[in-house]
Amino acid sequence: MISAPDVVAFTKEEELEEEAYDEPPLPEEYSVPLYPFATYGANPWSKLSGSKFPRDFILISEFSEQVGPQPLLTIPDDAKVSGTFDLNYFSLRIMSVDYQASFVGHPPGCAYPKLNFVEDSKVVLGDSKEGAFAYVHHLTLYDLEARGFVRPFCMAYISTDEHKIMQLFQELSAEFSKASECLKTGNRKAFANELEKKLKDLDYTRTVLHNETEIQKKANDKGYYTTQAIEKANELASVEKSIIEHQDLLKQIRSYPYRKMKDSDFHPYEPECAPDQANASFDLDSTTSHHDEPGETHLYARLPPYTPKLIKAKSAKCFDKKLKTLEELCDIYFFTQTVDQLNQIERTFRGDVCYLLTNQINRALLKQQTIVNFLFEDVSVLDEKPAEKHLAGCQGCPQDTVNTKSLEEFPIPKVLISLGSYKSSVESVPIKMDPEMEDPQELKVSDPPAEDHQENLEYLDADIKGSISSGESIEVLGTEKSAPVLTKSESQASLPISSSPHMVRNKAVSGRTISEDSIEVLSTCPSESLIPEDFKASYPSAINEETYADDEEGGIHFSPSLTPDNMEEREGRSEQEHLLQVDSACCIGKESPTFLEPLPDLGRKHCDDDGVVSIPPQPYRQADQGLHVNFSDYLSHDGVPGGLLSYEPDPHYLLSSRDVSKISLDECSDSTSYMSSAASTCSDRSPSPAHPISHFNERHKKKAGQNALRFIRQYPFAHPAIYSLLSGRTLVVLGEDEAIVKKLVTALSIFVPNCSAYTKPVKHWVTSPLHIMDFQKWKLIGLQRVGSPARASMLHSLTRYSRYVSILDADSKTLRCPLYKGTLVPRLADHRTQIKRGSTYYMQVQSALTQLCSKAFLYAFCHHLHLPINEAEVEESIANRRMNFLKLQLGLVNEDVKIVQYLAELLKLQYLQEPGRGATPQLRFDYVPSFLYKI
Amino acid sequence: MKSSVQTIGEEQIQNPYTELLVLRGHQDIVRFLVQIDEYRFASAGDDGIIFLWNAQTGEKLFELHGHTHKITAVTAFPSPSACEDEKYLILTASADRTVIVWDCNSGRQVQKVTSFHSTVKCLTVLQRLDVWLSGGSDLCVWNRKLDLLCKTSHLTEAGVSALVELPKTCIAAAVGKELTIFRLIASTNESESWDVIEVKRLVDHQDNILSLINVNDLTFVTGSHVGELIVWDALDWTKQASECGFWDSSLHTDTQQEIKLTQNQKEISIQCLASDEECVFAAVGKGIYVYNLQMKRVIACQRTAHDSSVLHIAKLPNRQLLSCSEDGSLRIWELREKQQLSAEPVPTGFFNMWGFGRANKQANQSAKKTQESLTLYSLELIGDLIGHSSAVQMFLFFGELGLVTCSVDHLIILWKDGERESQLRSLTLFQKLEQNGDLQLRF
Repeated sequence: MISAPDVVAFTKEEELEEEAYDEPPLPEEYSVPLYPFATYGANPWSKLSGSKFPRDFILISEFSEQVGPQPLLTIPDDAKVSGTFDLNYFSLRIMSVDYQASFVGHPPGCAYPKLNFVEDSKVVLGDSKEGAFAYVHHLTLYDLEARGFVRPFCMAYISTDEHKIMQLFQELSAEFSKASECLKTGNRKAFANELEKKLKDLDYTRTVLHNETEIQKKANDKGYYTTQAIEKANELASVEKSIIEHQDLLKQIRSYPYRKMKDSDFHPYEPECAPDQANASFDLDSTTSHHDEPGETHLYARLPPYTPKLIKAKSAKCFDKKLKTLEELCDIYFFTQTVDQLNQIERTFRGDVCYLLTNQINRALLKQQTIVNFLFEDVSVLDEKPAEKHLAGCQGCPQDTVNTKSLEEFPIPKVLISLGSYKSSVESVPIKMDPEMEDPQELKVSDPPAEDHQENLEYLDADIKGSISSGESIEVLGTEKSAPVLTKSESQASLPISSSPHMVRNKAVSGRTISEDSIEVLSTCPSESLIPEDFKASYPSAINEETYADDEEGGIHFSPSLTPDNMEEREGRSEQEHLLQVDSACCIGKESPTFLEPLPDLGRKHCDDDGVVSIPPQPYRQADQGLHVNFSDYLSHDGVPGGLLSYEPDPHYLLSSRDVSKISLDECSDSTSYMSSAASTCSDRSPSPAHPISHFNERHKKKAGQNALRFIRQYPFAHPAIYSLLSGRTLVVLGEDEAIVKKLVTALSIFVPNCSAYTKPVKHWVTSPLHIMDFQKWKLIGLQRVGSPARASMLHSLTRYSRYVSILDADSKTLRCPLYKGTLVPRLADHRTQIKRGSTYYMQVQSALTQLCSKAFLYAFCHHLHLPINEAEVEESIANRRMNFLKLQLGLVNEDVKIVQYLAELLKLQYLQEPGRGATPQLRFDYVPSFLYKI
Repeated sequence: MKSSVQTIGEEQIQNPYTELLVLRGHQDIVRFLVQIDEYRFASAGDDGIIFLWNAQTGEKLFELHGHTHKITAVTAFPSPSACEDEKYLILTASADRTVIVWDCNSGRQVQKVTSFHSTVKCLTVLQRLDVWLSGGSDLCVWNRKLDLLCKTSHLTEAGVSALVELPKTCIAAAVGKELTIFRLIASTNESESWDVIEVKRLVDHQDNILSLINVNDLTFVTGSHVGELIVWDALDWTKQASECGFWDSSLHTDTQQEIKLTQNQKEISIQCLASDEECVFAAVGKGIYVYNLQMKRVIACQRTAHDSSVLHIAKLPNRQLLSCSEDGSLRIWELREKQQLSAEPVPTGFFNMWGFGRANKQANQSAKKTQESLTLYSLELIGDLIGHSSAVQMFLFFGELGLVTCSVDHLIILWKDGERESQLRSLTLFQKLEQNGDLQLRF
């Protein structure tokens, strides 16, 4: 072990832990500044000038016994990623912090070499010279040819933002543990393989030697042994010994998973994203049979017999021997799995920590608004596996008991996690357990969930240490092996929520894009000479940005008001969300490599795996292939698999401005056709209640946000149009050009409240005349303006049903809809907004809509607003009270009342809707006059 | 002649129907709606299927299959009031020459009668006698068990088009142009057999009788294809009053009248009649006329209430009148007493209503003068319901629950008072919250 003087490791858990809390906090001068380069620029989000690499990446390094620390690969695997950053140097740094490189070999008092099953160690270290901070995950892999049979590796998440590493330590640790476990599982398998081969070799060698000795014996009748014979005998003896040693090693490695089962913090590798799982979600029936031996069918179908080699007596350990690569060490399948996982990790943690954390908080908060979420939120994202729900619930309630009891004592709640989803489908077969174990399968099935649960519990408690040493260039900021026995309050205290970052408001004021004078209101009805003034009034000339912002914050009640209890739960949950998000995304990520071309992979793997499984289960393999075909068929038929669309694996994509692919996004921002056509196929199918709404993915959100931004800047009558949508009046976008219409529909769709969790009432493109049913079903429709023959009937239907619809004519740029004089929409869609990015605007809209939803919720669920307080009360006074509440308490003006009423109505319908039955969409409308707006 | 239809615009303050629910199920024209009880109704039409619906929720309760041709008549068959366990039955007649009795609670076919020689065009239940009548080419009387009690001889090919119950176990049947009065002799203790005998034949109508309704125990009214409206005495079957001709014959020669008659037959045929104690409401062509029985004259009218023929009208308890039409809309009218005399000339009779030229105007003016002393009425449009894409065949008023319309476009629409629905939803919401107990909201 190479030690660094400036490294302080928290290898010992308990004592240090308590001391740390007894001590007063560090004086300020010793603490690490929050933003090390904050002095350089006012904006902490700007690229850190000190760093030599443009974005976070993952580095895998090895401490090679031949050449010392060396970097193996980076993720993303791109030279640009690390920039001028010296990977070799950094590898040296991170590999030098491995405290646990433990002794393997002959421990005193033991006849045979003992494998030491080393725990991974997790440390955070920083290199302030390089401007690099890293979460470092050390692990050891076994290699028969390596010194002491071990090869130390480490995976490091390297970022320029120390804060990010610290904040996300738990998540990083959980994710990397998974990846590590995947690697180690593969490694154990490969190691066992290697041992078996070696044993065969030895066995063969022994036979050969034995034969030779016999021959010699026969040839030599003199009765005494020649030196040659003695040599042979010695050789034979050493081979015998070697066989016993190796057999022992094999036994050890095979018993590993079994032994580790008893350990509470063992975290077996579970390929959630294994192809079989993905399949299972689509085709439950077929997987029941399929699930039994999936790994086997995949990997071990045909195994060519291994031909043993003769082992030379002195296989010298020379330095010019080539060490195994990581792929070889871990079995190619597991290696690719790990790389995929790491890619996933990289994607998950991409972007600014502020965004990541806000996202977490956001999700946690959204989870609490179960009633109103369906209106505007992307429910599919919040949709959790049933298992997770249980888990969250469990964490919420018996928290105290969980925390105080030691983990071993904690009764294992086996029901918490659905077995199917966690059942390891790969590991259950490849590694043979001890021959004594009758039913390894069963054990696998029953135990891992409990472990997983405990693991999660542990993370709940796990704590991040503040930095203590800030001496020279390397600071080790914390280790994960710290705090299984933390008390609840302590762990709360350590959660750095209070430092939730404040946005820096860009106060620059850009010129107006639209002059108000261009607004002209034409009317169809004879009685509204007042309208132009009124309409203009809805564009207040001076909007105080700051007060508005304050207002908003006050309405939402952000994290400062969260109670400690909530906090804890929230943390726990958000972490889970994180894991889950990765999981689901992982499925998609895996799709291409493992699904679409499974066969070549199979072929290669089979060769490696002799000796592990003796009987290739042929019939299963057949079934398996059938399934694959089916699945890809499913994909290709559907074009856009509705359920999958939402799991765009890249939620933080947008935030990293350095993204290469962002450019391409911007380039195509003008042609909506691809995105919206995808969306339209979705919405075509959307009424089927089997899939949750596949809302926008991030890219779509950004596009929609951009288009919406453009819409509110271009069209002075954006407000009444948005009001129509928010108040449930169907808006028809009429136009000749499909692309333009779809673009408008995409833009406006962010304002459409959903009628239920399963239907998005947006129809991007319709070519036939509209019908009353359409207004019942769709709230935003793109309608083709057709040529002369069909035109009459189309226009006829539009005029006929004009009382139910607002019509936005994309060609002549007119809008026919009711008057709007409220104040909500101008805030939502201010054409002089400073926001420039689509995704930002989307988020602003979302937050405003969330506020609106909470108003609607209050209104809908306030008992005395709808029911009499005493029996004598008449309906009229209740109606008065209702109106007062809307106007005074909720501060709604004019038509805003209708928006909240409509949303409340949707909430009621959703709440009353019986789960089994689909929603019966009512068409609600008002008899109000419409006006014609022109640019 | 072009007279514009009154329009109301988009602002309809008095129109309570601000929520609608489209009920889908039928595959052809929906022609009949029958109320079963206070919350259920049946719909039937050309696809031969009968649907039972919940008028409150719009839920489809049953889908009744049994007829092979289009439905020609539907009626509810209520249990006798003495009966304890109420059975809700409906009778349906179809062009396949069958009548089926359905149980509305179970959705099952109770019985089927196939012994008809012609299509049954109308069904009437005589609740006092607990029998029902079927009218086709002959008139048959059935009891609850579907035994044929008695029947008339073959009447005409056209058959009975409408039936109405009169006092003293008499029945008025519209057979072509004729109105035939039958007397039903019920079984008594002495004689087990029922009989139906023709009592009188009234031949006052010039053309086919399209509508026939009871006003009260003393009066019934008929309307014909050429616009004759006759008020009859229900006891002695004499003509009490009549308005014949919804065109202005005084201004035209007979030849012109003939032409007019052929041209405008549709515009003057009395499609439907409705009544309350005071007035008879007639759907005449595109117009609606209110005929006062006491005054024996038309007191209010809308000559072109709709863009095309009015198919059905009904009087609501609150002085409102509903009309539906081939133009696909349903309109809500209110009969208002007029304060100012100058507002609208009220014609003395049908003769004055089609205003042509000066002479007519003068006539109108003179008419107005003569009417000054009397209270005047007008029909004010207070709302219209537009939802169907083609003719609205019929509607059913469900009181508080709302309104049901059926149409040629295969749809049924349930119109509801949005305010009331919202209130009801709130009520059920809090009930559900209470049921859930803890008010802790979960999905």
